[in-house]
Amino acid sequence: MKILVCISKAPDTTTKISFTDGDTKFDEGGVKYIVNPYDEWYALVKGIELKEAHGGSVTTITVGTAEDDATIRKALAIGADDAVRVDVKAEDAGQVAAEIANFAKEGAYDLVLLGKETIDYNGSQVGGMLAEHLDMPFISLAERMEVNGSKATLDKEIVGGVQTVEADLPLVVSCAKGMAEQRIPNMRGIMAARTKPLKVVEASNAAKQTSFVKYGLPAPKSAVKLIDPNNMDELVELLHNEAKVI
Amino acid sequence: MSVLVYINSNGEKIAKSAFEAVTYAKKLGEVTVVTNGKTDDSTLAQLGKYGASKVLVDRSFEGIDEQQLTRMVATAAEKEGANTIVFSNDLIGKAVAPRLSVKMNAGLVAGATGVPQEDGTIPVNVFSGKAHGFVKVNTDKKIIALLPNSIQPEETGADATVEEFSGNAGDTRVTVKDTKFPEGDIPLPEAELVVSGGRGLKGPENWNLILDLAKELGAATACSRPVADSGWRPHHEHVGQTGVAISPNLYIAAGISGAIQHLAGVNRSKVIVVINTDDEAPFFKAADYGVVGDAFEVLPRLLDAVKKFKASN
Repeated sequence: MKILVCISKAPDTTTKISFTDGDTKFDEGGVKYIVNPYDEWYALVKGIELKEAHGGSVTTITVGTAEDDATIRKALAIGADDAVRVDVKAEDAGQVAAEIANFAKEGAYDLVLLGKETIDYNGSQVGGMLAEHLDMPFISLAERMEVNGSKATLDKEIVGGVQTVEADLPLVVSCAKGMAEQRIPNMRGIMAARTKPLKVVEASNAAKQTSFVKYGLPAPKSAVKLIDPNNMDELVELLHNEAKVI
Repeated sequence: MSVLVYINSNGEKIAKSAFEAVTYAKKLGEVTVVTNGKTDDSTLAQLGKYGASKVLVDRSFEGIDEQQLTRMVATAAEKEGANTIVFSNDLIGKAVAPRLSVKMNAGLVAGATGVPQEDGTIPVNVFSGKAHGFVKVNTDKKIIALLPNSIQPEETGADATVEEFSGNAGDTRVTVKDTKFPEGDIPLPEAELVVSGGRGLKGPENWNLILDLAKELGAATACSRPVADSGWRPHHEHVGQTGVAISPNLYIAAGISGAIQHLAGVNRSKVIVVINTDDEAPFFKAADYGVVGDAFEVLPRLLDAVKKFKASN
C-alpha cells in the first residue's frame, strides 16, 4: 500500500500570539514550530500502523521552505520512509492543495492522509480540495479505519453522531482523535531520520485564491465576578437577568 | 446580486445554523437556498422568514456524500448565476465547501465570523480563537463558510417558494453501513449551553454531577483533554485546541484549571462560568463569573438552584 501523509508545521500550542508590520503579519519571533498535532498524532501514525500491518510505504509531503525541514525530519523520525517538500512558502489552502495534488497525481497513492485541521489557521480546507483535484472520495473526521484488500471501512464523525462507511481505495482521509495513538520518536528513529531521503521539488506556482490582509487580538475580558459558593441562587439569577443566557 | 446558500435538511427540523447562514446571505444579496433529501416543502418554505426568496430541492438523493453535494451545489450556482455561495462551517460544510472551491475556482473563506468589511475583507478566527484575521478573496467567485453561533438568525420575510430541481448529483462512491446517534446527547458543536468537567472531578464515577446539571439545563456535556485521554469520557467531548472548538452562549467549567490549549477551544463562548477550588486557576482570568469552591459541593447546589429557577419561571 502506498500512503501519502500531508504534514504541515504549526506554532507550538503554548505560543503567545502576536502580530507585526502594522498587524499584517504573524510575529514569528521566538516561535517554536512543531508538526501540526493532527497531522502527526493521527494521520502520520495511522499511516505507519497501516504500513506495519499491510506492508508498503509512507511518504510525507509538505508545502514549504527550507525552514520546514526540521519538522519534516521529526515526521521521518516517527517512522515515515521518505519525505517530499514542495519548495514554496505556503500562504493559502487552495495553493497548498493544488501543489500537493500536482505531486500526488503522478504517484498512484492508495491513501492520502492528513489531520482534520491545522491548529494555526483551523481551516479544514486542504483535504476536501485535494480530493476534488484527485477525483477521490473524501472521508472527513475519521476516528477509525481498517483496510481490507482494496476496501476501507471507516468511522467518521457526523453532526450528533458517528457514521460507519465503506469505500474503495484510493481515498483522501482527514484524521481526528481516536484514529491512532501518539508515538514518541526513539533515538534510533531520530538517527535514521537524518539519512532518510528528503526530496525537494519545484512548485507549480499555483494561484493563491485568498490572502490575509490584517490580524487582530480579542479585546481583553473584564474582571471576573466572584459568586459566593454557598449562594448558587445568585449565580442563576445573574445568568438569567444580567447575562441573559438561561 | 444572487447568493446561493447550501443547507443540510435531511431531518424534520432545520438546524439553527441553517437559519444563520440564510440570515448572513440576505445581508449580501438575493438569496436562493439549495438542499437535498426529504424535508417537506412547508418546512423548507420557512427559510423565507430568514430572507430566502427561493428554495431549490433535489429529491433524487438523500444523505451527505460530499461529492454528490458538491455537484448539486455547483449545478445550482450555475443555474442561478450565483457568484457567492454561503455554507455553515459545520461538519458537512467543512467537507463540501473545499471541494466546491476547487470545482468552481472560488476562493474559500472558512470559519467566517461576520459580514464583509467596507474593504471587502471577511473576518475569521485564527490560531484556534486566540486571534482573528481579515481575508481577501482573489477570485471572482467566492465561498463563505460561516462559523456556527457567529450571528443571530433574523426573521424578516415571508415564506419562500420551493422548487424541485435536478442537481446532477451523480453516484456516490461511499457506502454508509451504519449511523449511530448517542441517545439523548446534544451535539457539542451546535450546543447553546455546555457543562464541562476536568480532572478536578477525580474520576468517571463522579460524572453524574456534570450530567445531571447538563440535563436540567438542556445543555451538552464536554470535558478537558486529560479527562478524554484517561478514557473517563469519550474523545468527541474533548474541547480545546486539539479537540473541538465551541462557541456556546454559556460554558460552565468545573474542575478545569484553564490551560492555554483549553481556553483556545472555548474562548468564543459568550459567557463563561468557572468553578474551581484554586482561586489562582488561570481559567478565572477568562471567566465572566467565578465560584471559588469545591465542585463536589457547588455543582449539587447549582443543580438545586437551577431546578428552583425553572419551577418559578
